[in-house]
Amino acid sequence: MTTTSPATGLTAPRPRGGIVGSAKDSLVIARRNLLRMSRIPEVIVFGLVQPVMFVVLFSYVFGGSIAVGGSTSPQAYREFLMAGIFAQTVTFATAGAGAGIADDMHKGLIDRFRSLPMARGAVLTGRTLADLVQTTLTLVVLAVVALLVGWRTHTSLVEVLAGFALLLLLGYAFSWIGALIGLSVRTPEAATSGGLIWLFPLTFISNAFVPSENMPPFLRTIAEWNPFSATVQAARVLFGNLPEGYPVPDAWPMQHPVVASVLWSVLIIVGFRTLAVRKYRSANA
Amino acid sequence: MPGAIYAEALVKTFGDVRALDGVDLDVPEGTVLGLLGPNGAGKTTTVRVLTTLLRPDSGRAVVAGIDVLKHPNQVRHSIGLSGQFAAVDEYLTGRENLRMVGQLYQMSGRAARARADELLERFNLAEAADRTAKTYSGGMRRRLDLAAALVVRPPVMFMDEPTTGLDPRNRQALWDVIEELVAGGTTLLLTTQYLEEADRLAHDICVVDHGRVIARGTSDQLKARTGGERVEVVVHAREHITTAREVLTGLGRGETTVEEHTRKLTVPVQGGAKLLAEVIRELDLRGIEIDDIGLRRPTLDDVFISLTGHAAQLTGEGADGAGPPQAGGRGDALMEKEAAQ
Repeated sequence: MTTTSPATGLTAPRPRGGIVGSAKDSLVIARRNLLRMSRIPEVIVFGLVQPVMFVVLFSYVFGGSIAVGGSTSPQAYREFLMAGIFAQTVTFATAGAGAGIADDMHKGLIDRFRSLPMARGAVLTGRTLADLVQTTLTLVVLAVVALLVGWRTHTSLVEVLAGFALLLLLGYAFSWIGALIGLSVRTPEAATSGGLIWLFPLTFISNAFVPSENMPPFLRTIAEWNPFSATVQAARVLFGNLPEGYPVPDAWPMQHPVVASVLWSVLIIVGFRTLAVRKYRSANA
Repeated sequence: MPGAIYAEALVKTFGDVRALDGVDLDVPEGTVLGLLGPNGAGKTTTVRVLTTLLRPDSGRAVVAGIDVLKHPNQVRHSIGLSGQFAAVDEYLTGRENLRMVGQLYQMSGRAARARADELLERFNLAEAADRTAKTYSGGMRRRLDLAAALVVRPPVMFMDEPTTGLDPRNRQALWDVIEELVAGGTTLLLTTQYLEEADRLAHDICVVDHGRVIARGTSDQLKARTGGERVEVVVHAREHITTAREVLTGLGRGETTVEEHTRKLTVPVQGGAKLLAEVIRELDLRGIEIDDIGLRRPTLDDVFISLTGHAAQLTGEGADGAGPPQAGGRGDALMEKEAAQ
């Protein structure tokens, strides 16, 4: 068998290998997804409505009724709440990544990409990177709204930025879960709902909206070991938003929230990236 | 030495469905093979295997001299794929779509841009180049999709039902483009449900059904297999049928078939136009008035029906009822996807 290429005489480009090639391809795809997003700004706008609504509703409706650290002051709850809403918002990147990839499958774009000599993981990496950009924008807007309703941080700028970095890392990790969902379902609609429904129990059985201490023991254990709770707790610590006298649970992730948050996110990225890339390679649209 | 596209005993099952049941193909360089068959016959699965999208359960495939199963990434440098649905990003402009594909083929930014401009010009999309593909008509999207498949001037092209869903004018335009491409030396494998399309574009035709190649040859060879020409006569009055039948049987080369209610008689013949004239004279001599008469050559439709026992053309809304039981309305890609779950 010969390996010469017949006909046109155009020499095939050298196969692009390794990390550089993979990064280049990922950036091409990320750019494509960002261009798409810029042409459908509704998606970003609607993506903001829910978290902004949550910020306002929770602050004014629940604030004053929920005791955190023995205080029922609305201001204490507002500060306690924000890390929870930020974290919930970043996890919504799951649905975006899932729907986008399912849509690409549905429209035959994944087939086109798979027939090109490009790096195998690049389509998914590019998508998750674009989602990270979108999540960052959302988080900036949300932080401004939070400041307007009275949220304040009580730590150094570096710590505050570190808090946001952990939140974004969590969002990036969750977009890999979304990528796997998107490759596994048949329609973009299924990916959107499939990407969202499980987020509600995940984000509510946590310390995001109320302290876990008053939950039944079974739920309380889940809440304390929930990867989502670790990031919420870490962000609260880094923002200086833990109210005075707030009893920190004994569970290890609650005692070491920053380390736990990083570990969980990295674990999710490694695990779900492996699964998603494997699924992509055998994707049969 | 195998051709530019070569497949040997390809088998692929999805659950209980044997989508490919031992497909063999050999397409010489610079020629067009038409893969003809109804929905669910295995056409799309064959293309997916040859374009590295799907691994067969067994068999061997070589494209552009490269083993598809051993070196899929090398194969991807030498092929262009235009799938059943125009695979373009509808939120990107035509230009952005082509540039992206060029960059993913590892062209430099400048080369990708130049090639995109060239293709937009050639496919008559230059004016629409900076509009998002969402605003394109079906024909324009197909052309953009085809342009994307041609970014690196691949020596081997695969086109899966390229004209499905296009109106006759756009179909004609796409055929012209395809012919131009082949004239330039590209080897092409084309799947189609349209016999007319295979007849017009393909040098060789493989008829597939239920994952098997059930016949192969040139269009003329396949037609010859079905039997040659026939004379068809529609007589004016029902009482003339018996006499007309005697005339036809006398001049023809086989049994005359009669459709009573349409007063139509058909007989296989040899001798073409000369014999037709003879039939007319003979009928006239006996005072039989005729409404219509003609010499009919077999179409690929006839070929298909005689080979498979069912018609090939299953397009349009009525497709579901007419096809084999597993065939879905949107073509075999969908059927196979469902079977794969």
